Amino acid sequence: MLVIGELINGMFKAVGKAIADRDKKVIQKVAKDQVAAGAGMLDVNTGPYEKNPKDAMKWLVETIQEVTDVPLALDSTKADVIEEGLKLVKKKAMVNSANADEEKLNTIVPLAKKYNAFLIGLTMDKKGIPRDKNERTEHAVTIITKCQEIGFNLSDLYLDPIVLPVNVAQAQGIEVLEAIKEFKLLCDPAPKTVVGLSNISQGTKTRPLINRTYLVMAITNGLTAAIMDPLDKELMNAAITSELILNKNIYCDSFLDSYRKR
Amino acid sequence: MDLMKECWTGKINTVTLGATEKEGGTRTSQITVGGETALPFLFKEGDIPHAPVIAMEVLDAEPTDWPEVLKKPFGDALKDPVKWAVKCVEEYKARLICVKLIGTHPDFGNKSAADAAKLVKDILQAVKVPLIILGSGDDEKDNTVLAKASEAAKGEKCLIGDATEKNYKTLAASCLADGHNIIGESPIDINIAKQVNILISEMGFPLDRIVVNPTIGALGYGLEYAYSIMERARNAALLGDKMLSMPFICFVGQEAWRAKEAKATSSEHPEWGDESERGPLWEAQTAVAVLQTGGDILVMRHPKAVEEVRKYIDSLMKKG
Repeated sequence: MLVIGELINGMFKAVGKAIADRDKKVIQKVAKDQVAAGAGMLDVNTGPYEKNPKDAMKWLVETIQEVTDVPLALDSTKADVIEEGLKLVKKKAMVNSANADEEKLNTIVPLAKKYNAFLIGLTMDKKGIPRDKNERTEHAVTIITKCQEIGFNLSDLYLDPIVLPVNVAQAQGIEVLEAIKEFKLLCDPAPKTVVGLSNISQGTKTRPLINRTYLVMAITNGLTAAIMDPLDKELMNAAITSELILNKNIYCDSFLDSYRKR
Repeated sequence: MDLMKECWTGKINTVTLGATEKEGGTRTSQITVGGETALPFLFKEGDIPHAPVIAMEVLDAEPTDWPEVLKKPFGDALKDPVKWAVKCVEEYKARLICVKLIGTHPDFGNKSAADAAKLVKDILQAVKVPLIILGSGDDEKDNTVLAKASEAAKGEKCLIGDATEKNYKTLAASCLADGHNIIGESPIDINIAKQVNILISEMGFPLDRIVVNPTIGALGYGLEYAYSIMERARNAALLGDKMLSMPFICFVGQEAWRAKEAKATSSEHPEWGDESERGPLWEAQTAVAVLQTGGDILVMRHPKAVEEVRKYIDSLMKKG
């Protein structure tokens, strides 16, 4: 599974401050730590309070690429902020994200295509978050159809079924899991899937346990990527073990170490 | 119609045996194996940069359990391992020699580590092809014998084995210190094969100096099972599992000549036909199967089988 490190996000206090102060050291440490812990990609989000997000995105991408080569997921609601990052990336990046809005799709999909990037498609639209797996699947179809129209390579698309906090929308947990399974039937080869994992435990008192449990369930349903905290070692161990039990890797007594040496 | 092609992301490690003068050794040739990015001989799916090679086996003590048909091509040389090695290289065109120090085993002569080291030196002197050096299989004795043998061959970039899950540290340390490659052995068990590799690598051993001995069975004696284990490991490697991305060494001769179908004389089993054909065929047939599942180094015995399998490899490597 592709682990996309979530920690370079202005929403986190220390990172937000480092972005505001343009403090390279803090950002570079968070980047390196996540890569060392097994992140295959790093999410980059300037946070909601940044006054000049384009400049912040540019600075973040440059700062991170000074210390690591892993690809970046450029995370913003604004196309011009994402594009600022796309101009600078050394490796094939990920555009995070489009949703099923016609307007949004018409700007973001061509952008991802122009820069040969991966793309996250959130299965929601301006009417809000989906109520069940059927609405999620409808949005997924809209996104896939638009990608085909524009000529965006479907194997570069990651569908996001939108994970919601268990303490707010308890009934949605299973809907997301089933959506992950349904998405796989929409095209051949099956589209990839991604979740913003930590959302599931937002506002709860037992975040690591809920994250870990949900990740295992999602992987079992065929999840291909997660935006998550790679520094949570138990979470990473659970992901590795899930893939082992699903026969995606060959067992040996030191399977955790072996996976980490890949 | 287009061919359905598998697209792999992994690559088998490339391992080089033998150090020439330029690299601080005294070999006049080297053998490189591995580097595949596709399943065996599927040239359209990836690179197969190095042909599988055959090593001919030389024992440090006259074999007691070899049938006449196997002894005959070597004659008196069986009594003298140095002559035997020379004969393999000069007469049977071996490009790689595998010296098995079976005579150091407490139950088969109990030769000393010093004897073994001297023999290794003498063979290195007499033939200039790369060497594989094997212990007797007695863990305790091997730890002293192979340490000495490794030292005697320091800088020659031999391939030394076998390291096992329960006994790998001493050999790995020797091979690291003396610049050799190492064989990791597992009992037809993919999980243990992987575990041995990770244990050796945790000692700081570079992955591109490890060769896997998956252990095999001969035709009629578990060959299919060995085949499927190797196939599974090779698939995992080509999907990116670095702890299984090692070339394979297969002891074809040793296994094939254990089979009664290879050894028995035609007077014992007239319905089986002439053993001078049947024995080498049994060995060659085992080799061919192992090649098809990813064998990179085949250790073989009978010159006729060696010749047939060499022709087979050559014809497959023509990519036609």
